[in-house]
Amino acid sequence: MAQRSLWKEFTKGIIQENPTLCIVLGLCPTLAISTSLKNAFGMGIAATFVLVCSNIIISIIKNIVPNKIRIPIYIVVIATFVSIVEMVMGAYTPALYKALGIFVPLIVVNCIILGRAEAFANKNSVLRSLLDGIGMGVGFTVVLAFIGLIREIIGDGKIWSYPILGAHYEPMLIIIMPPGGFFILGSMLAYMKWKNIRKETQKLKLKQAEIRAHS
Amino acid sequence: MDLKILFMIIIFSIFIQNFVLTRFLGLCPFFGVSQKLSSAIGMGFAVIFVMSCANALTWLVETYLLDPTTSLLGTFTGGIAPDLTFLRTIAYILVIAAFVQFVEMVLQKNAPALYRALGIYLPLITTNCAVLGSAVLNVSGLSSIGLDGKLNFPQSVVQGFASGTGFMLMLLLMSGLRERLELDTIPASFKGLPIAFITAGCMAIAFMGFAGFSL
Repeated sequence: MAQRSLWKEFTKGIIQENPTLCIVLGLCPTLAISTSLKNAFGMGIAATFVLVCSNIIISIIKNIVPNKIRIPIYIVVIATFVSIVEMVMGAYTPALYKALGIFVPLIVVNCIILGRAEAFANKNSVLRSLLDGIGMGVGFTVVLAFIGLIREIIGDGKIWSYPILGAHYEPMLIIIMPPGGFFILGSMLAYMKWKNIRKETQKLKLKQAEIRAHS
Repeated sequence: MDLKILFMIIIFSIFIQNFVLTRFLGLCPFFGVSQKLSSAIGMGFAVIFVMSCANALTWLVETYLLDPTTSLLGTFTGGIAPDLTFLRTIAYILVIAAFVQFVEMVLQKNAPALYRALGIYLPLITTNCAVLGSAVLNVSGLSSIGLDGKLNFPQSVVQGFASGTGFMLMLLLMSGLRERLELDTIPASFKGLPIAFITAGCMAIAFMGFAGFSL
């Protein structure tokens, strides 16, 4: 694998290898928490913190961890940071902690964090793991915030709890409820697939034009 | 052992607050495994078994190690046990990971046909949000049916069993639908995962019909 530039390591998590839209990991918090922008940012920042810290630690200990028991060890590292986040959130932002509910301890089994540890942090240097963690975390937060924005505007008439659509707006409640989450994320995945199909057909057309030009 | 409460928990966990469609737990295997009916059945039974046993084990850990009022550590520290509830996330996930590893080893030795049939799904259940989510729910209580505090032992196991059954029910329904969707004409950008999300959204609307039940 060619060495990517450090800036590329950071930005790939946001667009090319976005954890939610491209690799399709971490679905549970994406659908459950994105009911409002505040919750989305809160969860995104918490998950990014855990992802970055666990990536750094796992990258540091990658050479001393025996291969057969690496998964439980990674899980313990991640669980430690999640416990830290739980306690800090419970103390300093109790309203957000209550809104996120059981999804704060569930950051431990967020597939993004264990997936990045397994696929990246145990093979790369500390600096690259750090950048990868920040990039993936930012990508996750961006998607969460985008879905949260749509769901909050249509389903509640507010942005960051400020009513923007006026008092006569009748909110479309189904968007805030579970079905809305499924529909919006399904549409976003369809859009990503549509873009990919267009890119592939354009590449194919270019190749065919080249072959015709040579023959 | 109040049978009425146990029955309430079963109906609640399967229909009213279904793990997949209402609580958004266990989504990654829900979309990853539900392409064929045979794999859905295998995964479903594995999840039911792991969830029930994991709930039992984590209840024991919570009551006899973590909770200061009933902890057995009090006998060592001379009366007052330390409040170890901050270790809940780490303890639970370790218990679940160790249990799944143990089950894997037992199956590999004693029932190799079943082990091969389950394949990769068994280790994947460790990172299933549903298992950890169900364990944490025992502590935070099912306040929607009036059980505000910690659930006792039979209630915890029944909650795990019922939630797993609800998950398996959803998995079976989804795999049946997806097998049919394979043969339908669907726009190219929606084929595969996006249409599965839209389908799940429609199923979620159907399950919203149970939301108003009070037992």
